[in-house]
Amino acid sequence: MTIETDKSSDYTQPGMGGMVADWAADKQTFDMPWGKLMMWIFLLSDTFIFSVFLTGYMNVRLSATDPWPNPSEVFALEVFGVHLPLLLIAIMTFVLITSSGTMAMAVNYAYRGDRKKTVVLMSLTALLGAAFVGMQAFEWTKLIVEEGVRPWGNPMGAAQFGSTFFMITGFHGMHVTAGVIYLTVIARRVARGHYEGKGYDIVEITGLYWHFVDLVWVFIFAFFYLW
Amino acid sequence: MQHVAIADRPDELHDPQTFITKYIWSQDHKVIAIQYGGTAIFVGLVALVLSGLMRLQLGFPDTFDFIDPNAYLQFVTMHGMIMVIYLLTALLLGGFGNYLIPLMCGARDMVFPFMNMLSYWVYLLSVIVLLASFFVPGGPTGAGWTLYPPQAILQGTPGYDWGIILMLVSLAIFIVAFTMGGLNYVTTVLQARTRGMTLMRMPLTIWGIFTATVLGLLAFPALLVSAIMMMLDKLAGTSFFMPALVSLGENLEYTGGSPVLFQHLFWFFGHPEVYIVALPAFGMVSDVLATHARKNIFGYRMMVWAIVAIGGLSFIVWAHHMYVSGMHPAFGFFFATTTLIIAVPTAIKVYNWILTLWQGNIHLTVPMLFAIGFIFTFTHGGLTGLFLGNVTIDLPLSDTYFVVAHFHMVMGVSPIMVLFAAIYHWYPLMTGRMFNVALGKAHFWFTFLGTYAIYLPMHYLGFLGVPRRYFAMGSTDFIPESAQSLNASITVSALIVGASQLIFLYNVIWSLRNGEKCERNPWGATSLEWQTEHVPPHHGNWGAELPTVHRWAYDFSVPGVEQDFIPQNHPVTAEEQTGGEEGEKA
Repeated sequence: MTIETDKSSDYTQPGMGGMVADWAADKQTFDMPWGKLMMWIFLLSDTFIFSVFLTGYMNVRLSATDPWPNPSEVFALEVFGVHLPLLLIAIMTFVLITSSGTMAMAVNYAYRGDRKKTVVLMSLTALLGAAFVGMQAFEWTKLIVEEGVRPWGNPMGAAQFGSTFFMITGFHGMHVTAGVIYLTVIARRVARGHYEGKGYDIVEITGLYWHFVDLVWVFIFAFFYLW
Repeated sequence: MQHVAIADRPDELHDPQTFITKYIWSQDHKVIAIQYGGTAIFVGLVALVLSGLMRLQLGFPDTFDFIDPNAYLQFVTMHGMIMVIYLLTALLLGGFGNYLIPLMCGARDMVFPFMNMLSYWVYLLSVIVLLASFFVPGGPTGAGWTLYPPQAILQGTPGYDWGIILMLVSLAIFIVAFTMGGLNYVTTVLQARTRGMTLMRMPLTIWGIFTATVLGLLAFPALLVSAIMMMLDKLAGTSFFMPALVSLGENLEYTGGSPVLFQHLFWFFGHPEVYIVALPAFGMVSDVLATHARKNIFGYRMMVWAIVAIGGLSFIVWAHHMYVSGMHPAFGFFFATTTLIIAVPTAIKVYNWILTLWQGNIHLTVPMLFAIGFIFTFTHGGLTGLFLGNVTIDLPLSDTYFVVAHFHMVMGVSPIMVLFAAIYHWYPLMTGRMFNVALGKAHFWFTFLGTYAIYLPMHYLGFLGVPRRYFAMGSTDFIPESAQSLNASITVSALIVGASQLIFLYNVIWSLRNGEKCERNPWGATSLEWQTEHVPPHHGNWGAELPTVHRWAYDFSVPGVEQDFIPQNHPVTAEEQTGGEEGEKA
């Protein structure tokens, strides 16, 4: 064991060398606040939760004995007599992706110190999130009341269709709802000037969670509705 | 984008004022660690009593009226689940992780103390829910700790009604608690180390706990999801894991589910779980061995990379628990191969422990005895693992007592040996007093020899084909009657070992008041936790200033230096730099 002198970490190095310097540094490995790293690690763990949900869904879908209902047909809407498959889901997806944009702008304004715009954009993000949950509630109601889909069975085919649908979209919907509450609380605190002098990393941390929830939806959309 | 680390600003820590904030709703990592540890040891004792009851039935069938087949299965299930999750995981990570991470890394506390406190209280809730299942109609679940469906939620299995629900709810709550604690542990290790504490200067204890926590954060999701799905199968009538089946002459509503899916999800969690328990034990035993052999750990870097490699590989071996569930031979081949590959870094660790002892100045203290005992039990358990990792050998041995003996040696007894070593090793730091050495040695010999008296014969029972989880064997042609006398002898040993744990409890409690007051750092250890101003360390750990680390944690018996250890926070001196050459001449 050679005795080394203390290396002060140099975060300015590019590429591989910078990464090695980060990991070989004392005090901290990543140049970011504690809360932000913790959110990243939590999201990594949460990624595993959703991956297991989706893998379980794929397995169940492959091993189901009854035929799988056609999602484009089940999730179609009749608008003014026109039959439009996946219309509602397309709008929901659009709303959620848009909310990611407003969130990114909120983070930008937060770091610029523009509290007013930050609060407006965060509230807008929360509003779009709430709209998503609202549309999801509408979708659930339509499936349950009109189509007769239940967790334990449905008239269209394999019982697992309803089971996985309610479980996965329900779990994701809970994440969105939690995100809306989280956004509202943080936006309120930003409005009150709670973070003046402490820094606005918290807005970015909230944003990380929000973008994650959106990204997960893209996978659910692809694997559940488009497959 | 600089942030201010609390670590450098002791005034940011709110000193607890009242008894309640100091000892009950405490945010101090040391108090939380002891709360975690106390609760875990308490449920562990419950599980120990359950195993004694199981052994009574197996050793002396038809003797005890109060143990019927249902009760026996419930004992088996609860014993396994409590020991693996609520004792070992909680004590190693919640207990020792909490206590040692900030102290060994040179931090004042975990990065988010409030969340850390919440973690303990949520864990306590999960324990209460678990223990509540003993008092509900039908009792706790008797599905086996693996909870395989469809039987786990079907009539005929004890506790199919209430017990299984409470078990699943309790597991989900435990995972929430673990996630809150685990995020803290990982972030603290990565971001809150003191000056000079690079990752490659961390004691192996921290490496083990850190890697195990990462495994936990990635593996528990699979358990959480399978618990949710099974709960839906039970309560909402879904068919995730339930195929169409006939139960007690009745066609059930279930259709088209996949029981094997549960097994995959369960073991995707279950195998990393083995290493969640083993890696902290590997780390702690390395530090105990080096300290009490007065010698640097052999191959520190190799040890670190072995821990990381084991952690990574542990995610791709899970299906070796499922050879008899039926799988494509190519998958069997794949999982057998990865299983044997994971033995390589593990063997590297064992060799390095032995080479650490080689020509060391071995002090046979109580922690050292347990650490050496661990090398024995772990090597034995690991070798039988090589048998079971191969598909062709596993098939006949599956679900026999050979398996029971294997996993008790490798992930039951071995981590427990390290836990005892760790408790005895850090007892003087946590309490400021020394335990009674004679009682500690008695405890060691009863436990160590008793372990062999219990588990060695079990391997023979397994070879004979005695199946596990059977309430009674009845008369079976292929099992000789002498197997019963072996069973009786195992039971007697188990009861003696169980009772001898009272020595440990008595010692720990008695020494709290009557133990000899010991000086600071009685073992002559180098790592930071022994270098605090006060023993036991006060709130905030370090006085006005954080320590500065100048060296790795294993500078024992450095040539040319009078004292046979140099703490990590001592600057490098001129005499030790030249001492190396003089030492060689001498």
